[in-house]
Amino acid sequence: MKPFLREKIPAKLSEIPEYTAYEAGYLVTGNAGWRNIRPVINKEKCVGCLQCYLHCPDGVIFKKDGKVDIDYDFCKGCGICKRICKPGAIEMEAEK
Amino acid sequence: MARKFLSGNEAFAEGVRLARPQVISAYPITPQTIVVECLSEMVEDGSLKAEFIHVESEHSALSCAMGASAVGARTFTATSSQGLLYMAECLVYASGGRFPIVMMNANRSTALPWNIYGDQRDSIALLDSGWIQSYAENAQEALDLALMSYYIAEHKNVSTPYMANLDGFVLTHTYEVVEIPTQEQADAFLPSFKTENKLDLSHPRNLGFTAGPDYNTQFKYKEHLGLLRVREVVEEAEMRFAEIFGRRYTGLTENYRTEDADFILVTLGSISGLVREVADELREKNVKAGLLRLRYLRPFPDEEIVRTLNGAKAAAVLEKDISFGGDGTVYTNVTAALQKAGSRLPVSNYIGGLGGKNISAEEIEQIFEELKQGNVKTVFLGLGGEDA
Repeated sequence: MKPFLREKIPAKLSEIPEYTAYEAGYLVTGNAGWRNIRPVINKEKCVGCLQCYLHCPDGVIFKKDGKVDIDYDFCKGCGICKRICKPGAIEMEAEK
Repeated sequence: MARKFLSGNEAFAEGVRLARPQVISAYPITPQTIVVECLSEMVEDGSLKAEFIHVESEHSALSCAMGASAVGARTFTATSSQGLLYMAECLVYASGGRFPIVMMNANRSTALPWNIYGDQRDSIALLDSGWIQSYAENAQEALDLALMSYYIAEHKNVSTPYMANLDGFVLTHTYEVVEIPTQEQADAFLPSFKTENKLDLSHPRNLGFTAGPDYNTQFKYKEHLGLLRVREVVEEAEMRFAEIFGRRYTGLTENYRTEDADFILVTLGSISGLVREVADELREKNVKAGLLRLRYLRPFPDEEIVRTLNGAKAAAVLEKDISFGGDGTVYTNVTAALQKAGSRLPVSNYIGGLGGKNISAEEIEQIFEELKQGNVKTVFLGLGGEDA
């Protein structure tokens, strides 16, 4: 399952939880601001072996239509998926 | 209601038993050991139905209590001195996580030189850790605070851990006649622990998460507000307590003969009993002496202090603590409260009782004598020798 973001970002003090406790299943915000390079999947070359899915340290690769896709809200751009991809379906591209 | 001859440690353990904690995790350290021993015996003989978890350190003791609190259990731990300092990392976790754990701390000096006797440098060094801090004067108050601490810490407007301090040896190891309430009375006073701040399969929550620069201030501010709300909850707890047990406490501070006093000694903990006696003696010599006892250091009773000291000619803070290179920390807090209120009262600082050094009635009388002179000074009691 792809993690889902809160629809509303808390802004006012009253919207901040009283304790460091909050309903589970939410991520407070996207967390990939420091990424310099991003993995881009070539869907033609991807064979759906799921090695990248298994090796991604942040769990941001998810299954889609028998192949894979990347959650760029949380991908840190480490490039492990590119290294592990035998068919060479992943390329790292500079963030603009 | 039974009457028993108990030490401070034993009295506190009786109070904890009446509060029915579900999980106790503690590591023994002098002079706290007896409270832990008593509770382990109560669990062993079945008079307290709790999980008693043996841990390998104080760091683990509090971590364990946090885990238990995070599933909604009422928890207890106890420590002292180096043990409290070893726990320090977990103290801020518990307060930031708003887990209403109750801990008894037997006030003891901190190394080096190594010393097992009482002073208050251990807990006062951790004044900023976000815990409520109370200081008992006698064994009866210790027992009563054990019960009240759960009421206050677990109150929905507070939800903050509570450190109940007892002077090491002077209070933990001396015996007094103590009234022990019945379990029915205790149950009538203390509701069972209910919180939304817990792991719950039917209502899943993330606990203890990260909050970066965008949100950290807000969480810390809410933690601060939780502590500030302790004042009104203490009042509520003490009113309920008086109705059920017949003993009425006086909030964050206690005044003794301060109403018309010219000279007021501000202090905390077990030394207050002696100050009371000295004040009585001085009154017979027509010296208008009074005592302001700080029952709590966090939240800090700034309003009460300003109100009580207003009208006095001079005051002094007597504390078993020194912030090296600064002043006594209690003194710093008291003078800050007065300064905020625009008071220009001369306040002196007396540091005494370090490493268990006795503070004598003569020394307290001397403090009042020096207050008459109106000079502000810092004095270390018990240095001895004429070059001191």
